Amino acid sequence: MPKVTIDGTEIEVPGGITVLQACEMAGKEIPRFCYHERLSIAGNCRMCLVEVSPGPPKPAASCALPVGEGMEIKTDSEMVRKARNGVMEFLLINHPLDCPICDQGGECDLQDQAMAYGHDHSRFEENKRAVKDKHMGPLVKTIMTRCIHCTRCVRFATEIAGVPELGMLGRGEHAEITTYLEKSLDSELSANVIDLCPVGALTSKPYAFVSRPWELAKTESIDVMDAIGSAIRVDSRQTEVLRVLPRLNEDVNEEWIGDKTRYAVDGLARQRLDRPYLRVDGKLQETSWQDAFAAIAEKVKATKGERIAAIAGDQCDAEAMIALKDLMSALGSPHIDCRQDGAKLPTEPRAAYVMNSTIAGLETADAVLLVGTNLRWEAPLINTRLRKAWLQGGLQAAAIGPDVDLTYPVDYLGAGPDTLSAVADGSNAFAEVLKNAERPAIIIGMGALARADGAAILATARKIADDYSLVKDGWNGFNVLHTAAARVGGIDLGFTPDAGGRDVEGILAGASNGDIDIVYLLAADEIDTARLGDTFVVYQGHHGDAGAHRADVILPGSAYTEKSGTYVNTEGRVQLARQAAQPPGDAREDWAIIRALSDAVGGGLSFSTLGDVRARLVEANPIFDKINDIEPWPWSAFGEPGTMSSEPLESPVENYYMTCPISRASETMAECSREFVAGGDERTGTDG
Amino acid sequence: MSDIDSFKFSDAGRTRCDEIIARYPDGRQQSAVIPLLDLAQRECGGWLPTAALEHVAECLGMAKIRVLEVASFYSMFNLEPVGKNFIQLCRTTPCWLRGSDDLRDVAKEVTGCALGQTSDDGVFTVVEVECLGACCNAPMVQINDEYYEDLTAENFRKVLEAFKRGETPESGSQAGRSGSAPTDGLTSLTGMGAD
Repeated sequence: MPKVTIDGTEIEVPGGITVLQACEMAGKEIPRFCYHERLSIAGNCRMCLVEVSPGPPKPAASCALPVGEGMEIKTDSEMVRKARNGVMEFLLINHPLDCPICDQGGECDLQDQAMAYGHDHSRFEENKRAVKDKHMGPLVKTIMTRCIHCTRCVRFATEIAGVPELGMLGRGEHAEITTYLEKSLDSELSANVIDLCPVGALTSKPYAFVSRPWELAKTESIDVMDAIGSAIRVDSRQTEVLRVLPRLNEDVNEEWIGDKTRYAVDGLARQRLDRPYLRVDGKLQETSWQDAFAAIAEKVKATKGERIAAIAGDQCDAEAMIALKDLMSALGSPHIDCRQDGAKLPTEPRAAYVMNSTIAGLETADAVLLVGTNLRWEAPLINTRLRKAWLQGGLQAAAIGPDVDLTYPVDYLGAGPDTLSAVADGSNAFAEVLKNAERPAIIIGMGALARADGAAILATARKIADDYSLVKDGWNGFNVLHTAAARVGGIDLGFTPDAGGRDVEGILAGASNGDIDIVYLLAADEIDTARLGDTFVVYQGHHGDAGAHRADVILPGSAYTEKSGTYVNTEGRVQLARQAAQPPGDAREDWAIIRALSDAVGGGLSFSTLGDVRARLVEANPIFDKINDIEPWPWSAFGEPGTMSSEPLESPVENYYMTCPISRASETMAECSREFVAGGDERTGTDG
Repeated sequence: MSDIDSFKFSDAGRTRCDEIIARYPDGRQQSAVIPLLDLAQRECGGWLPTAALEHVAECLGMAKIRVLEVASFYSMFNLEPVGKNFIQLCRTTPCWLRGSDDLRDVAKEVTGCALGQTSDDGVFTVVEVECLGACCNAPMVQINDEYYEDLTAENFRKVLEAFKRGETPESGSQAGRSGSAPTDGLTSLTGMGAD
């Protein structure tokens, strides 16, 4: 632990850190552009200069200088002030004075630091250089004249995203940042370069000229586009959600988010259900809440409880699900399920359906077997963790199922459950790797569980976990990767068939053959609605997607940005999403709709505030009291061995950019699908 | 622009390529990128088409953009086609004071190329470069791999006309001195070696 003196104060700092980090620990602000704690050190912006003795009598770049015993560091001496002032003057020589029309204005590092450390005027009278803008795809807008060549974007693409397509060409005055041959940056994390860019060179294309940061209300929330539960900040103006930015959560998303999380929100303004609808003579007509409830009540009162069923969708908050569960049991229906895709997930123990090693824990894994999952599309931020594990210390990864490029070497073992059996009985070579690893892990995707033999596959995975010591003291490498944000919460609170109840497959079969008369879809759109037959369908949700098209009554609910909701991510972490905007038109919070409907149908729900609903959640499962907290779950028995078919395992995500009603309604996601999924990335800068 | 759609090292080139890569420790093969780009440029007639960059990237297991970064950084790599004789005319201060402007005019007259141009027959490309480090023999030009020094309008014209005829004139000082030895005989250390 070296002792250093920073601006006259002695402080002890951990060895091996840089002078910049030491200064931060001492509470000193060091300006910087190129330095970023999650990227490699470049040391090319020279903004972080400090005076260090002993050493040469000149300012030193603190970001690249390791701290040493007895160093005396000055962060505010005359030399430092002059040096930073000079660096800023050089940076501004070729930076255009276009802050009034720049989208970065108001949240620009260069702007802020020029105010704090720069001259009040420019002495440069020659022409500034101009750089042609580059095409980087539908998400990242480039104005390259503003670039100060910090290379953060290049390092992010190479190190974190694992797609080495960005680079700096030329040198000196002619240096330019570009993608290789100006192709779009083909990564699910591409838009993070916008946050990293300290100036306005890379800005958000869909958000261009939309708003200024100081006009926005900022709400800290949780993302529901996948089951990671990334921490996000929702920026809204009045009723409109304008953008989503990542928030720091070291345990989940670090400080990145996927492109879908960031950009699907334009879908919140399109195809919304903003008033109740009732199907009259085969056509959906606008109606009032009273009439919609009356129509449902009439039908429900004429139907026996066991002929009613409910399915919860992939983005439902736990509050709405517990309300509907209570309503259904009051009506006498055991037929409820939140596993829309038919995933054969056990309802207990909890260790059987969550990611036990935790997302951050995967960074320490040394061998991982991926089963039936395309991590890049199902959980891009878990993929970056595995990439990090590989970069840090040789993670050995192998995959069964989809054969995709995950940005790190993956030993492709085979396509179907046969290969999984081979690993389980030790005849596949990867069994040895798992056996010899210190922290081995298995990740089972929904592609392996949402099929008829899902339970048998889960049992085989369990056997692998037991036989190869995936579960031991302080480590549980058995991981289920969900794709639905609502799934773990739904199972936790018991939105699964009661004794004698039907699961999704049973409900749909019953609906087709007339055993079920009423189906309540709580934002459930990923089912085969053709199989609903002649049933009376109540759809409660926010988008006019598959479910609403089939509905007889539509109750307009709220999207995740319009309500305070509880979500449980794939690790089993309970997180709170907060309301950032009002639901449109007559739409209401989902639990409140079910509470009001309960009065109309005689369901007898008693809660009247969000607090009551949350208390009910805790009553249903005490886990809901442990917000943001996570603990190891007991490893008890589960899994019923069975026969596995030889059908190849496929990822449930066919198109990363369109997986839910919100992203399907999003124009930006539609453009990304065209560009990246439909193979349209032959486009070059000259086309756009 | 690109008239070379695919590129692979010739057999001799491939052997040389392996020799170069073998110079570097295991896992550090990417250090060979500059010599390999040079090798590829020689095989491609003095410039690097995209196909050659990608082939080098493949040989070294590097990302294509990393190879392009290196190739675009160094002025010795040409990313556009050049003529058979690639004339690099130094116009930095010592050469400029010693008459590089005259050389530019001669080059234009004989080859038809202004600075930055390639002749229609593809025999010459003339470009302007910064100091090539032969100031004591200024003004000078580099033609392909050789330096031509102590140039005047007259002797530069002769050099260029020789190239035009397909000959390769002798490189070095065109004023007849050895290296940068004094033009009118030794002035110091004259006693050395007399004994």
